[in-house]
Amino acid sequence: MATRSKKTGKKKARAGGLAERRDQETVARIREVARDVHRKVTRGQKPELKTPLRSLANVRYDRKLGYFEIGRQRSVRTLSVNTVKTFAQTLKMMALSKEMIETDDFATKRDAYYVTKNWGEARFDEQAESDAVMDDIEALFSLHGLTREQLRFYPDEHGGAVAGELVVIDRDGTSGAEIEIDCTRFGSGAYSIPSSVEHLRFRTKARFILAIETGGMFQRLAAHGFWRKTESILVSMSGVPTRATRRFIRRLSDDVRIPVYAFVDCDPYGIANIYRTLKVGSGNAAHVNRFFCVPRASFLGVTPQDIIDYDLPTHPLKEVDVKRARDALKNDPFFAGHKEWQEAMELLLKLGRRAEQQAFAKYGLDNVMTEYLPAKLKDPRAFLP
Amino acid sequence: MSPATKTPAPAATSDRQREAAAYEMAARQREISVSEFFTKNRHLLGFDNPKKALLTAVKEAVDNSLDATEEAGVAADIAVSLKPVPGCEDRFVMAVQDNGPGIVAKQMPSVFGRLLYGSKFHRLRQARGQQGIGISAAALYGLLTTGKPVRVWSRISRRQPCHYLELRIDTQKNRPEVLKHETLDDWEAAHGTKIEIVLEGRYQKGRQSVDDYLKQCAIANPHMRLSYDPPEGEKVLFDRATSALPVAAKEIRPHPYGVELGMLLDMMRASKSRRISAFLQAEFSRVSKRVAEQICQHAALDPGRSLKLVAAAELERLHRALGKVKVMAPPTDCLSPIGRDLILQGLKKEVQAACYVATTRSPAVYRGNPFLVEVGIAYGGDELPAEEPVRLYRFANRVPLLYQQSACAVFKAATTTDWRKYHLNQPRGALPLGPLVLFVHVASAWVPFTSESKEAIAHYPEIIKEIRLALQECGREVAQHIARRKRADVEAKKRSYIDSFIPHIGDALKDILRLKQQEREQVIRTLRAVLEKSRKA
Repeated sequence: MATRSKKTGKKKARAGGLAERRDQETVARIREVARDVHRKVTRGQKPELKTPLRSLANVRYDRKLGYFEIGRQRSVRTLSVNTVKTFAQTLKMMALSKEMIETDDFATKRDAYYVTKNWGEARFDEQAESDAVMDDIEALFSLHGLTREQLRFYPDEHGGAVAGELVVIDRDGTSGAEIEIDCTRFGSGAYSIPSSVEHLRFRTKARFILAIETGGMFQRLAAHGFWRKTESILVSMSGVPTRATRRFIRRLSDDVRIPVYAFVDCDPYGIANIYRTLKVGSGNAAHVNRFFCVPRASFLGVTPQDIIDYDLPTHPLKEVDVKRARDALKNDPFFAGHKEWQEAMELLLKLGRRAEQQAFAKYGLDNVMTEYLPAKLKDPRAFLP
Repeated sequence: MSPATKTPAPAATSDRQREAAAYEMAARQREISVSEFFTKNRHLLGFDNPKKALLTAVKEAVDNSLDATEEAGVAADIAVSLKPVPGCEDRFVMAVQDNGPGIVAKQMPSVFGRLLYGSKFHRLRQARGQQGIGISAAALYGLLTTGKPVRVWSRISRRQPCHYLELRIDTQKNRPEVLKHETLDDWEAAHGTKIEIVLEGRYQKGRQSVDDYLKQCAIANPHMRLSYDPPEGEKVLFDRATSALPVAAKEIRPHPYGVELGMLLDMMRASKSRRISAFLQAEFSRVSKRVAEQICQHAALDPGRSLKLVAAAELERLHRALGKVKVMAPPTDCLSPIGRDLILQGLKKEVQAACYVATTRSPAVYRGNPFLVEVGIAYGGDELPAEEPVRLYRFANRVPLLYQQSACAVFKAATTTDWRKYHLNQPRGALPLGPLVLFVHVASAWVPFTSESKEAIAHYPEIIKEIRLALQECGREVAQHIARRKRADVEAKKRSYIDSFIPHIGDALKDILRLKQQEREQVIRTLRAVLEKSRKA
């Protein structure tokens, strides 16, 4: 982060024309929306901004698409006395986005909030207000196929860690020169996924990506070179994956066309929150799921059946776990769409127990690498969808 | 457990012993003079502490002056002066002079030097004073705390000299003691009275102060002019808002519903009538021949029975019958309301606000006594505090009540009114909050105070109900004003909204679309027109 500095005026030479073309397209979209507004105004009509209706009622799950998709309902904000402030702020925020693309810069939500402080009357008093406007813009441009990162609004949260048979092609923050990052050469450390991954390109011979819930398990597998033995890429999610991690896994798996296997705890949180979000996205952010979902993901384990098969040490399901599982079975369109998952969840509820990734240590610290994972990887088609 | 089982019965005393005790007690039994009673119980009359004593003394003198001028049909012109005695921080010389009819020389000693001496107690009529205690109590207080006699000047006409008296009160006998009596041919005024009392006191500004009292007094008595020379600072003049005198309140006879047994007996003794029926018709209001006969019928008495022959048991029956017969409400010309317009003028004169409303209710009756309620509200403006509890100005027969607010029927009515309906905040069971002055006046021939110091009005349900109705009436009007102002605020805010945010839309479009400055101005102009149009639609 510190190596980036704001460029004034002059455009930089970019690594690869792709990112540049994308930026041009983004600016074109912003101008398009602004031009619609301008056109209405010059005709003496009230301009309006259309965003997808962000409510669960406007979300559906298409098994073939493989993610939660926003429906066709739109909310239309027409300029009126009551909306004039937000309307002005939205347009100003769009202008900020365009400026950032042109100067090759970015802003976190917090940054943007402070930028607005010199907008006079239109400034925001609380970050929550500017965040809301940013969410609106994100939703608005999701209709035009753009992500927030492409608009140069980056999340504060960093991405997960990566180790394995992968070369990430990035560019230098100051010079713009292309650089290659070899993810096999981080020693006991790991490559850290940047906030925005849109400009990255990849080169790999790996056969699959292993997305791991905990940092501890990632460290074990990375330190013992598990990726070398299995020709894979390891990604640590640290709980529910961040936008950057999800987008990174998505882009990587799409670019090089390899499957993603999720390895998480066997409890309702690991299944219904971490894995479900990775694979199909969340109901709250349905308008952006199509960028962040990972349709190539499948569930390696730990499965409820594994608890029985491997006689794993367990803990009882807590009340919140049971509630979460029942809620998923009842309301979550993803589980409704997959019979296998319904059965697995029922089994989990019947067992009334949960098991963690680390539970295999019962049979020795390296058991998970030498026994469990290799056995599972022999038949990926048996993984839960 | 009964105490009898534990304590032995007292030893029987001999007849001789008992007799001796009775004689001994008889030697000590004598009349307790009212003045003596006062010296021991001065808090009952409002002289509990030096600060309050100062206020009470001023109040009694000013009340008397207002009553006197009104009765004589003179527009009150009163001068109040309050000066510290040099060298004594806790002593003040209070002087109050009026342009009333003056007091006949013969009566002067009794009026100022004798407690329970006055003209108002025996008459049922709206007046500030009632019992004839006030001013002599102030004089007595001065005497007790400083030893200085009261000085009084009075003149009844230009043709007569002014009488000047110095008085003391003999507390044993409740009799005035004239120390000096002079006649002055040359006095500053043609008629009027001036009293000067040296007394112990403490002067403080703010609530419950002499200043506060006089200000409220000016609101409730817009026909009065009063100049006030305070202990510190400039002289203040409360000028009159009207030259019209209040309509003189008529004296009425008691109504059958409000009479107590002892009073009935007194009335019977004093009456010149010879028969019961005639007595009832002559001494009570609203008692016709038919009503008198009905009362007698209820009491199982012959209407033609001689008054002198009514026995004790019959008297009780008669008293009970008075409350049982349907009698018309008492006449209300004994009341002298301030009137809606004058309340408004009084409030405007003394309270800076944005909006004033007032109402005078029709007379009503509690326990046979007619009364009426008037309410005024001053709302808004820059001077009244916006978030504090409202100021409650209470008046009984035009006299401001400054103490014991929470014990008063007015407070009870104001706190049990739902002010939230009128867009005001109100903590549960408390006065509402807001930039508001509530003016409540209760006028009656007999205001039921909770104590002799006349600080709070007793909780008669009829009175509380009337006050609440009047408050609600004014509350509704104020609510309209508040709603209007809120609408105006919203309107202004919307206008400024348009003005402050449209240029930003122009800026943003200019940045994104690389518009020319001229095009930006065009966007702003068009948008403003569009929004203004839609707002009016």
